[in-house]
Amino acid sequence: MPIRPPSILRGRPLCDILRSRARPIRIPTPSRSITTATTFTNKNTHRHRPRISITPSIPTSQFRNHSELTPPKPGEELHVTFTTKDGHTFTFEVAEGDNLLDIGQAHDLEMEGACGGSCACSTCHVIVEDQEMYDKLEEPDDDENDMLDLAFGLTETSRLGCQVKMRKEIDGLRVRLPSMTRNMQLSDFK
Amino acid sequence: MNLALSTNPIRGAARRTWGRARVINRTLTTLRPAGDPLVAAKRANAPFRLAIIGAGPSGFYAAYRVQSKLPTAKIDMYEALPVPFGLVRFGVAPDHPEVKFCINKFDEVARHPNFTFIGNTPIGSDAGRLPFPALLPHYDAILLSYGASEDKKLGIEGEDKLSGIHSARAFVGWYNGLPEHRDLNPDLASGDGKAVIIGQGNVALDVARILLTDVDELRKTDITEYALEALSRSKIKEVEVVGRRGPLQVAFTIKEVRELMRLAAVGFKPIDPTLISRPLEDLPRPQKRLLETVITGSKQYPDLKNWGLSFFSSPRKFLSSSAAPSKLSHIRFENTEPDPDSINERVRGTGVTKDVYASLAFRSIGYRSQPLQGMVEAGVPFDRRRGIISNSLGRVVKPAPGGGEMQVPGLYTTGWVRRGPTGVIASTMIDAFDAGDNIVNDWRTGVEFLGKNRKNKAGWDAVKVQHQKRGIKAVHWNDWDKIDEAEKQRGQKVGKEREKFGTVDEMLAVLP
Repeated sequence: MPIRPPSILRGRPLCDILRSRARPIRIPTPSRSITTATTFTNKNTHRHRPRISITPSIPTSQFRNHSELTPPKPGEELHVTFTTKDGHTFTFEVAEGDNLLDIGQAHDLEMEGACGGSCACSTCHVIVEDQEMYDKLEEPDDDENDMLDLAFGLTETSRLGCQVKMRKEIDGLRVRLPSMTRNMQLSDFK
Repeated sequence: MNLALSTNPIRGAARRTWGRARVINRTLTTLRPAGDPLVAAKRANAPFRLAIIGAGPSGFYAAYRVQSKLPTAKIDMYEALPVPFGLVRFGVAPDHPEVKFCINKFDEVARHPNFTFIGNTPIGSDAGRLPFPALLPHYDAILLSYGASEDKKLGIEGEDKLSGIHSARAFVGWYNGLPEHRDLNPDLASGDGKAVIIGQGNVALDVARILLTDVDELRKTDITEYALEALSRSKIKEVEVVGRRGPLQVAFTIKEVRELMRLAAVGFKPIDPTLISRPLEDLPRPQKRLLETVITGSKQYPDLKNWGLSFFSSPRKFLSSSAAPSKLSHIRFENTEPDPDSINERVRGTGVTKDVYASLAFRSIGYRSQPLQGMVEAGVPFDRRRGIISNSLGRVVKPAPGGGEMQVPGLYTTGWVRRGPTGVIASTMIDAFDAGDNIVNDWRTGVEFLGKNRKNKAGWDAVKVQHQKRGIKAVHWNDWDKIDEAEKQRGQKVGKEREKFGTVDEMLAVLP
């Protein structure tokens, strides 16, 4: 089974849900593990706590549903760790061939794929945490580099999430989601 | 320029409408309004009512953000046309279907139970429009995301007189089925086979690509049938894309230039590398890669059709020949050179002119936003020099009496009307997200909104009455579904994804 947050939390960015809780929460682990490596504090509690969203049901025949990932076969799990823009880290067990955009979206991370993962925008920009791992990735092609050139906050180890597919060689990959907004800081929610 | 409070005759009315505006300290470029905790507490259980004006990508991405942060928010989106998606439908080139993928997200946003789409509803004071002030009492906040509706003109002799001179914006609208430009009918078939595009942004390259692409490739796209028909008769063999400044100042992005280099049977005239005045190694990565692509050029030159980039040329005059005095025959350019006194990489004329012969010309020097009718009168400051609504990171601001700026309560802006007509979907999304964040954050922290925080706004339910009174037929999302379906069926008949309706009447004729 793909590892997902409990249904009550779906449809909203995870960090937002976490922030809106009065107490630190640990995501239940239905199978294997999602580890939350940072400790959440409750200083960002909203006075007005938003309700859980109603996820509309829509006909989605013509486009991919990102929430469906093939679960990894037992013994063949690969690991990838995302650090969200507000500093929380999540490690997921995924199957070979999954790309980072699909993984991020399947777990409701705040990660957009405006062009549906077709390498035509730069909204799924990720930053690989260490150079050594970056060097193990397949080289970005011209089209990916062209889009990265338009990415906000481009770094030496930037990639498009939709173009990075998990392989055994990059098991344990750690990526960071760049801050996507120009002016928002956590402190704005104090 | 901003309409200063003291000189605005409508000031009293505007202030009554919006309550007392507070002066906010401005730190650097960020304005951080202070909220009232008591107001915030009262709001905890009140639904937030937001009107969004303009159903383009910026409006939808902002709605998406507000929905995800504040799912109880009731959002009504007003759109002048019966169909949504703005420039994603009418601007993005038909051979870029992947860029249009974002409409799947917008569709999801529109189907949220707290979202209402109100299409076919232009805002303004003319007959058949919904007056801007009619919205104000029924919402807590209004987000202006109606984009840039006009193109900049060159303002030179012959521009409005001779046939064969088009705005690139109109041409793009024409091939993409924008009703406003349905009848443009550019003459691509007669003339000398050369087109000049003035301006070096992505719109210029889109126009060049559409003119040069094999028409059978375009048949697979959702380009309109009438455009296909005209393009299939096109005799354009050469396109020259001209800029006032040099290769270091081009505004187009690498994807668009690479596509042109890859076009089958289209050659690129090599540029003079000495025009690049700085070593490539010293340039930032995006610019370096862009110029490398330009220098590498196409596989072959000349080819069946060709294009080129010309630099340091400023148009001065459109001219005709004595044989056909009403038609464009050539364009007079003045050579320019970098102005050593300019800190903004400006150029100055050298006095030397040259004539470029072409029977077709497109001006592509940027778009401009206009204030909506009745908007400035209602107190929304519009910066006419920059062609944007005066704002600080998407919060609409006006000059404060004691200097500095103050927020206009409840008014926000995003997209091209906020920052000017530049940027790709990703940048529009980023801006829309922070506009959405600012709106939600201001709401939660008790910042003043429209109508001095009065409760029980009714949104569309109340505006509807005004609407009916003016005989406007609202088009909702289920209506758009029908138009969408009809367009897809029309497309099927000609073997493409969609055949757009070219006029508002045709769109509305689908509806019961």
